Amino acid sequence: MTIQEALFTYCLRRGDDNLILSHRLGEWCGHGPQLEEDIALTNRALDLIGQARNYLQYAGQVEGKGRSEDDLAYLRNERQYTNVKLVEQPNGDYAHTMVRSFLFDAWHLPLQQALTRSKDDQLAAIASKAVKEIAYHLKTSGDWMIRFGDGTAESHQRAQRALDDLWTFSGELFATDDVEAVLFAAGIAPDMAAVKSAFDSTVQSVLTEATLKRPMDAYMATGGRQGKHSEHLGFMLAEMQYLQRAYPGAIW
Amino acid sequence: MINTPITKEGIYDLLEAVKDPEVPVISVRELGVLRDVQVIDQRVIVTITPTYTGCPAMDVMKEDIEKELRNAGIPDFEVKQILSPAWTTDWISEEGKRKLKAYGIAPPEKTADIRALKGEAPVVECPQCGSKDTVMVSAFGSTACKALWKCKNCLEPFDQFKCL
Ligand SMILES: [Zn+2]
Repeated sequence: MTIQEALFTYCLRRGDDNLILSHRLGEWCGHGPQLEEDIALTNRALDLIGQARNYLQYAGQVEGKGRSEDDLAYLRNERQYTNVKLVEQPNGDYAHTMVRSFLFDAWHLPLQQALTRSKDDQLAAIASKAVKEIAYHLKTSGDWMIRFGDGTAESHQRAQRALDDLWTFSGELFATDDVEAVLFAAGIAPDMAAVKSAFDSTVQSVLTEATLKRPMDAYMATGGRQGKHSEHLGFMLAEMQYLQRAYPGAIW
Repeated sequence: MINTPITKEGIYDLLEAVKDPEVPVISVRELGVLRDVQVIDQRVIVTITPTYTGCPAMDVMKEDIEKELRNAGIPDFEVKQILSPAWTTDWISEEGKRKLKAYGIAPPEKTADIRALKGEAPVVECPQCGSKDTVMVSAFGSTACKALWKCKNCLEPFDQFKCL
C-alpha cells in the first residue's frame, strides 16, 4: 500500500465518521426535547458536516480521479462507506444520542489534537480548525452525561442503559490496520495508543462525576472501517442519497 | 477603477462593503475572515478563512467578495480559502466587537481571559442593559458562531458570540 492510497482511505474514514454522525444528529431537527436542544444538535451536525466536507474534498484530491465531495458522499454504496459502526447507530432516546456523541467526542478530540502535528500539512490544517469545535462538543456532551447520570433515577437509568448498549461500539474507534500503520510510520497519522489513553481518562473522570458505571470491555464490534456495517446504515443512505440517485447531478 | 492602478489599500477599502450576511453590521475585515490581499501585476488574490468549518455564511461571503471585485471592474482576481492558521474570536477587531454589541450580540471575551483558562464560566454583559447578572441558556444558538444567553436584570434573551 502506498502512502497515497493509505491517505485516501484515511481521509474517507474521517469524512465518513463525520458525515454519518452529522446525518444522524440532523434527524433530530424538529424533534428535539426542547427548542434549545433541537438547535444545539443541528449546530453540532453543522460543524461535523463542515469537517466532513474538508475531508472528502481532500480525499478526492488525493485520489486524483476527479471525484468531488458530493460524488463521494452521494454515490458510494454502504459497503464503500468506512465509518465506525458507532456513528450509524439509530438515535434512540435523548440519552442514547448524547452518550453516542460523548463517546465519539472523547475519542475525536485527542485524535484531532494529535493530527494538528501531522506531517501532512492539509490534515494538520483541517485538524487545527476542527479541534476548537470538538472541544466545545465534548464539553457539552460531557455536561449532559453528568446531568443525566447525576440527575433523576429515570435519567440515570436511561444514560446507563445507553452506555451499556453503545460500549460495544467504542473499541472500533481505536482499531488499527495497514492504513494506520503506513501513515503512522510516515508521521502522518498519530499513535492510537496515546489517543486511547486520553479517551480512557476523559471517560473515567466524566463517568465518575456522573455516577455512571463504565461497562466491562467485552465483545467489541468491528468491520465498519472495512465496509461491513450494521443493518442501519443502508436505510440511512437510502434516505440521504435519494435525491442524487433519482435525479443524478441535481443542484440547488 | 479600471483606469487607476489597483492597490492593496484600494481593495481593502472596496471590501469594507462586504458584510457578514448573518450579522450585516460587521465587515469581513472586522470579523477577521479577510486575512490577506495581494496585488501581483494587477492580479488580485484575496485570502479568507472560515469562522466555523461548517458555516454556511462562508460561501455567501466568498460570492459577495467576488461580486464586489467584479462590479468594481477588477479584471483578474481569485478568492482563496485557507484553514490554517485557524480563525479565532481574538481576530474580531475592537471596532467589530463594538458593532456586535450595538447590534444586540454580546461580543466574545478574550480567549486569554484567566477565567477561560481556568474553565470557569465567563462573565457576559447583557448587550441591552449592560447588566452582568446573566446566565447561559444554551451552549448553541441561532447560528454556528453563537450561544444563547438570558439577562436576569432586564429578562431579555440575547445571542453571545461564542469564544473560540
Ligand atoms: Zn439586560
